[in-house]
Amino acid sequence: MTILRTTNLTKSFGSFTALNGINIEVNKGEVYGFIGPNGAGKSTTIRLLLGILKATSGEATIFGRDVWKDAVDIHKRLAYVPGDVNLWPNLTGGEVIDLFVKLRGTANKSRREELIERFDLDPSKKCRTYSKGNRQKVAIISAFSSDADLYILDEPTSGLDPLMELVFQECVMEAKQAGKSVLLSSHILSEVERLCDKVGIIREGRLIETGTLAELRHLTRTSLRVETRLPVPALREMKGVHDLEEDGLGLSFQVDSEELEPVMAVLSAQGIVKLESAPPTLEDLFMRHYEGTGQASQAGSGGVR
Amino acid sequence: MLTSLSHRTGQLVRFIIRRDRVRIPVWLLGIAALTFIVAQAFTGLYATAQERQTMAETMLNPAMTAMVGKGYGLDNYTFGAMMAHQMLLMTAVAVGIMSIMLVARHTRADEEEGRMELIRSLPVGRLSSLHATVVVGFGTNIVLALLVGIGLSALGIASMDLEGSLLYGAAFGAAGMFFTSVTAIAAQLSANARGTIGLSITVLLLAYLVRAVGDVTGSGLSWLSPLGWVASAEVYVNNYWWPVALTAAVAIGLAAVAYVLHAKRDLDAGFLPAKPGRTRASKFLLSPLGLGLRLQRTGLVAWAIGMLVLGASYGSVLGDLDAFMADNEMLKEVLTPVEGYSLIEQFIPFLMIIIAIICTVPALMAIMKLRVEEKKNRTEHLFSRAASRIRVIGGYVVIAFTAGWAMLSLAALGLGLAAAGVMEEPIPLGTFYQAAMAYLPALWVMIGLAVFLIGFLPSVTGLVWAYLGFSFIVVYLGGLLQFPAWLSNLSPFAHASGLPVEEMAYGKFFLLLVIAVGLAVLGILGDRNRDIRG
Ligand SMILES: Nc1ncnc2c1ncn2[C@@H]1O[C@H](COP(=O)(O)OP(=O)(O)OP(=O)(O)O)[C@@H](O)[C@H]1O
Ligand SMILES: [Mg+2]
Repeated sequence: MTILRTTNLTKSFGSFTALNGINIEVNKGEVYGFIGPNGAGKSTTIRLLLGILKATSGEATIFGRDVWKDAVDIHKRLAYVPGDVNLWPNLTGGEVIDLFVKLRGTANKSRREELIERFDLDPSKKCRTYSKGNRQKVAIISAFSSDADLYILDEPTSGLDPLMELVFQECVMEAKQAGKSVLLSSHILSEVERLCDKVGIIREGRLIETGTLAELRHLTRTSLRVETRLPVPALREMKGVHDLEEDGLGLSFQVDSEELEPVMAVLSAQGIVKLESAPPTLEDLFMRHYEGTGQASQAGSGGVR
Repeated sequence: MLTSLSHRTGQLVRFIIRRDRVRIPVWLLGIAALTFIVAQAFTGLYATAQERQTMAETMLNPAMTAMVGKGYGLDNYTFGAMMAHQMLLMTAVAVGIMSIMLVARHTRADEEEGRMELIRSLPVGRLSSLHATVVVGFGTNIVLALLVGIGLSALGIASMDLEGSLLYGAAFGAAGMFFTSVTAIAAQLSANARGTIGLSITVLLLAYLVRAVGDVTGSGLSWLSPLGWVASAEVYVNNYWWPVALTAAVAIGLAAVAYVLHAKRDLDAGFLPAKPGRTRASKFLLSPLGLGLRLQRTGLVAWAIGMLVLGASYGSVLGDLDAFMADNEMLKEVLTPVEGYSLIEQFIPFLMIIIAIICTVPALMAIMKLRVEEKKNRTEHLFSRAASRIRVIGGYVVIAFTAGWAMLSLAALGLGLAAAGVMEEPIPLGTFYQAAMAYLPALWVMIGLAVFLIGFLPSVTGLVWAYLGFSFIVVYLGGLLQFPAWLSNLSPFAHASGLPVEEMAYGKFFLLLVIAVGLAVLGILGDRNRDIRG
């Protein structure tokens, strides 16, 4: 069942196109990772999904309903955590959590206490005195103590310590097990790798890659280090082999995933003594896309002019 | 030590000037232009000594003294004496507001938004940013003093010589310096920008009111007010420099106090202690309306008390006006051009219009709070939950409309009660209340306009403040300068009935009401259709 779908979602600020034809689909029980360089358009997409910004063209639905027109009804079943949480300096954390939960409508009292405990937050302090991580916790606790069906998280863990980051990941896993869906935008790739079923990579306002992690891995390279009994001169000419280096006894190189089979055949014909392989990390994948498309990647400037 | 505390102040000064390269000139030119235009207009409108003397007679009553200050040289009411009497005080208040806004913006506001932290992480001294702000504040006021002084004398109006003109400008400069320092202190005491502005404006209003009571009663009370000091320079009549010098000296002393406080406290902290709060929200807080009220609670209560005091101060003046009238049987005849109404009753509409415009300020602030929240990315917490646009903006509209009514009611109450206490034959409270309520639709039109702008042109919502300022100028100066009717008619306040002297014009009353509500409804509808910043 599709929970969230955007079709050709486009947003311009004046003459500047921040988003250009974004297509995303998140199904029930799925965690969708949304990654991309600074200024790529992640937060803009999320704000469109929240009905805070109005799309220039294209369509976006959540629970099968239009995100702009039916915003209020959608939000009754949706929880959002922004990456930069600004709170009211003169209210306490406890008051803010109550307010947020009440505004959504579906409260879960025992969950609130449990989460405050797990995240180790002092709810009697004024928000003015909270550190960045503690403000973030207030937003996370409010989000997870309401029974939402979709969680939209925009860099939710920025500022959390590693221990709290783990607690957060547990919360996401629990939500997923309970059949909830999550859209997670993050710069922490290990987090995305651990939590997400599907990943979308956005760059300069366009979704340049999307699919399951397994599918995406397919597009990248595996690192190999081998020692063979006989030399393998043919390897240098083979398709899909990159960065070949000889170090004394062995060879280390990278090979495109789809060319792995013929390369292995050639290697085993020469008698493999030792083989080490490292799977492609999301980081490798991501780096390739960052730099990949030829044009100099201008840090911080996304979109198409 | 001292140099390390104020390291790189010069660079910060340049940075502030750069950030305010439009704002400061607009304020300076606005205040200077107002002064020059009025001076020039006086020469045309009151050309003969005879006309000016008649003017002096009408100004010679406690109500006017409370409003514009004590007059000097009334027996020889030259253009200079007229300017110093009727314009100096009010313009000095505007200079005070300019200084307050300037300083608050570069102290607490920057600190609250986290920009100060970035600056402090650079190799600059601990006092540098405050010092730079004060330097710019003082500098701006000194430039204003010279601009006004040289400009006024350059107009070449008889009786407005170079020395008097320079003193006239210096009076502005000293008052501005004083409020620069007051705000610098307020920025240390209060932990946020709103509190800083609120505290400083309170000091400004108190200075004005204390002087009003002091001037009218003739007690030494005016000596407690910096506005009383600059007025006592008797510009163009006796040209005393020392009160202005005293004001400037005290301003420098107060700045030093601010420095000491600033050096003692932590970044982001105020001097008011923090105590643990509630772990649970009260029922009352749990809605956009409740939240809006809670966020503004302190400010609204402070304004409410302020309006009561404002009404009461003017009310107490009415007693003096009453006694004054009883002593001057002959004057009573002269000054009663409207049959059947006492001077006091004639004074009420003028008073009410000023009170209504002042009461508009807290009501407008209440609706503008929504923009402040949006700019700080805090409305997204509401909109990302099941709070509709209508519910959020609607809450603020309700608060603003109610606040407008409540402020006006409290001012009328204060006025009526104080008047009843001091007058021989008291005017019933109901008369004051009706006179105040006659201005309520006009006040609401201002709020309606703000809502409309939020809905359709959110980036220029601030224009409402300019419109309110314009309304004040045409009302306050309109009669004096005999502005054409169409100009005053541009302000909604000009269309309200001046009870009790005028008949209640119900047609206009309801028309204003319809415009106010209509603008608000349009704004609320428009708000559903726009991008929210955060
Ligand atoms: N209101 C606006 N007006 C003009 N441009 C905007 C506006 N909001 C966002 N942009 C631009 O849209 C682009 C996308 O911004 P967005 O905040 O979505 O990036 P992001 O992917 O969330 O980046 P980050 O990883 O840094 O959070 C940026 O180039 C930004 O400058
Ligand atoms: Mg972002």
